[in-house]
Amino acid sequence: MTALRTGDWEDARRPDLARIENDQPGERLQKIWETGPGLKGWFSDVDHKAIGKRYIVTAFLFLILGGLEALVMRVQLGAPNQRLLSPEQYNQLFTMHGISMIFLYASPILTGFSNYLWPLLLGSRDMAFPRLNALSYWIYLASGLFIYAGFVTGHGADDGWFNYVPYASKPYNPGVNMDIYALGLILLGLSTTVGAANFIVTFLRTRAPGMSVNRVPILIWGTLTASVANLLAVPSVSLAFFLLWMDRQFGTHFYDAGKGQPLLWQHLFWMFGHPWVYAIVLPAMGMVSDGLPTFCRRPLVGYTPVALATVSTMALGFGVWVHHMFATGLPNLPLAFFSGASLIITVPSAVAVFAWVATIWTGRPVITTAFLFFASMIVLFVIGGVSGVMTASVPVDWQLTDTYFVVGHLHYVLIGINVFPVVGAIYYWFPKMTGRLMNEALGRWNFWIMFIGFNVGFLPMHTLGLLGMPRRIYTYPAGMGWSVQNLIVSLGSAMFATGVFLTLINVWISRKGGERAGPNPWGAPTLEWSVPSPPPPYNFAVIPLIASRHPLWEAQLDESPARSSLNEGLLLDHGRETIGTSMLDGEPNLILEMPGDSAAPFILTLGLTLMFIGGVLRLWWLAGLGGAICAVALVDWFWPRRVHAGAETSNG
Amino acid sequence: MADAVYEPRSLPVGSREYNATGWLGALCLIATEGSLFAYLLFSYAYFAVQHGKAWLPDAHPSLRYSLPGTIILVTSSATAWWSERSLKRGDRAQHLAALTGTIVLGLVFLILQLFEWKSKHFTLSSSAYGSLFFTITGFHMLHVIVGVISLSTVLGWSLAGYFSPRRHLHLTISSAYWHFVDVVWLAVFFTFYITPYVW
Repeated sequence: MTALRTGDWEDARRPDLARIENDQPGERLQKIWETGPGLKGWFSDVDHKAIGKRYIVTAFLFLILGGLEALVMRVQLGAPNQRLLSPEQYNQLFTMHGISMIFLYASPILTGFSNYLWPLLLGSRDMAFPRLNALSYWIYLASGLFIYAGFVTGHGADDGWFNYVPYASKPYNPGVNMDIYALGLILLGLSTTVGAANFIVTFLRTRAPGMSVNRVPILIWGTLTASVANLLAVPSVSLAFFLLWMDRQFGTHFYDAGKGQPLLWQHLFWMFGHPWVYAIVLPAMGMVSDGLPTFCRRPLVGYTPVALATVSTMALGFGVWVHHMFATGLPNLPLAFFSGASLIITVPSAVAVFAWVATIWTGRPVITTAFLFFASMIVLFVIGGVSGVMTASVPVDWQLTDTYFVVGHLHYVLIGINVFPVVGAIYYWFPKMTGRLMNEALGRWNFWIMFIGFNVGFLPMHTLGLLGMPRRIYTYPAGMGWSVQNLIVSLGSAMFATGVFLTLINVWISRKGGERAGPNPWGAPTLEWSVPSPPPPYNFAVIPLIASRHPLWEAQLDESPARSSLNEGLLLDHGRETIGTSMLDGEPNLILEMPGDSAAPFILTLGLTLMFIGGVLRLWWLAGLGGAICAVALVDWFWPRRVHAGAETSNG
Repeated sequence: MADAVYEPRSLPVGSREYNATGWLGALCLIATEGSLFAYLLFSYAYFAVQHGKAWLPDAHPSLRYSLPGTIILVTSSATAWWSERSLKRGDRAQHLAALTGTIVLGLVFLILQLFEWKSKHFTLSSSAYGSLFFTITGFHMLHVIVGVISLSTVLGWSLAGYFSPRRHLHLTISSAYWHFVDVVWLAVFFTFYITPYVW
């Protein structure tokens, strides 16, 4: 970095220290940070808390859609020889189920929680790029609607979420179904990418003074790791889909068996796909690592190993993609290498599991609904992990690939390590978001119905797979020995869905009628619990000064004489400001000017969507128009500031 | 560490060179775009390995347009660097001249690329090689176009007096992007134009 002395800087300022007294400085900051009124304010809102909640609600809507699709399929499969769905309808349903759950729910829900929580966990007033945050949400919404537009008009993707060629090539799938999926997923990739960049820079620059990298909550490590992975992995799948679209629209030869190479699709897809699997579980594991200790009344056992395990899982996660391709006839050497890598990756996962178990074991657990969801995740993770290790072995995989065993495995992983922690996170952070606790009695019903329903519904999938039932079949004849277990799977799934429904009911009734929470209902250690529930638009009236990993438990733990300063800190009230700190130690080195409300993200999204609609319908003028709108929105977005250090500037 | 006390000292307000969030955001953009090209070149290598030498077109690719293009692009990186350096030293005239030069060199490269495209006797859809060639060089040209547009916008802002020797993050980011586009070209050039001769 350059050796400029900060005092020499034009527009330099010494930030004032202030103490929170009554309504000050909050009342003044409220005026600066409040989002504008009305519809215009709604479309130009850049507050990370609003965006986070929108993400969570939208992702849950896709979860419901994906769940309903699954239930219809389970009705079809509940007994042999059912004809509720035609094969074509079934293909669209299982494809849309996979897309909804994996792309439109699993990652965005975690982005939603991280969006909401990150600045609160880090002691900042917003994410590093508030407008980019809004853009990420709008593009996500647009891509979801884009993909579902195909489905509701009868042109839904129908070759499975991993969309293998040549099934997805033009000669075998001539409709626009695949073009919509291809471009919709590229659109979603943009959302994921800008969101990931935002998390990375937020981590590097906006932690409160004193919050060195070894003091951030594990959720931060989880989302950070996932974000770095997304930044590097998403281009692979976007490219895969782009090349598919080129093959379909312009007759290129990337994937056809004659001049091209169909396996290129699988390589590009899984080079993204496997890191992605970790991207949609690591933040959820982070939630458990942060939530569980609160209810065990002790810090997480092994913070450093767990943080390192998070990062190393991801690093290894880039070297295991071929285990999705064991049955494609590859030579022995890569099979051995990727099998070995897939076995080794269990080591860091096991580190986290043992850390959680030890935290419960050595703690004094307070059994709440959130605790139950977090703790049950450990069990489900172990089951899903063990079935995963089984398929990491090449001969076992050859036997089990494309059977229901794999369906069972992936649902244990995704529901076990994503949905259960997420529902736990809802119970845990709902009081922060709304100021009200969720109903505990209903919560117990909620948990047990989900937990029992899930295991009844999904455990038999393993044995069905061992009995040879293939995945992705729309029906099966009687007398295969699968009928009874399929009925159990269908009943269990229905019970599980009922449990998820109870979550929604609990959210609905507690939203207005829940017990008042206060700032820290659980007696939790991290910064988000030091501010009112729900937090004000500016989050922190003064930016806190951090002295330990558990700012709210320092008195009880008394690990060192150092105490964080939560009520006295940096004022920063010359406009929308927060502090920029150094990357490792969290030393203040810059006053960050944050942008206010902006419609640019929404307009940019409209432009992008027009571009992609043009790409599907081959209306090139429409694509051009969309591109022009994007260009104008971007120039407006990046328009430089002339004036600094004052409240009068609003662009930037 | 002792109590969290903080000695307030004077801090710059807003974006400060490499401490600016915008700079880090630009690095993220470069990382993800770099990955995109890595996956594109992976696809080339994958086809080369899968199909063997017979997959290449009969004649090795000519350097007639691509070599001058490469030299021009490398030169434009130098002028972009010179432009930023002049601005830091307060020499506005040189800064504007070098920035304009960078844009012009970028446009010349694009024109050379169009000649290069016209000179090929395969097409996007005639073979996998053709598909890869036009897709990869097309992706790169698209990035050159974006770079030229962003440098031109920065030139406009500079003429309007938005930048000072200290504050010119937009220029820093645009030239970093430009350097990135040039580095990518070197990788593309090496892959398409050099490897067939040494394979």
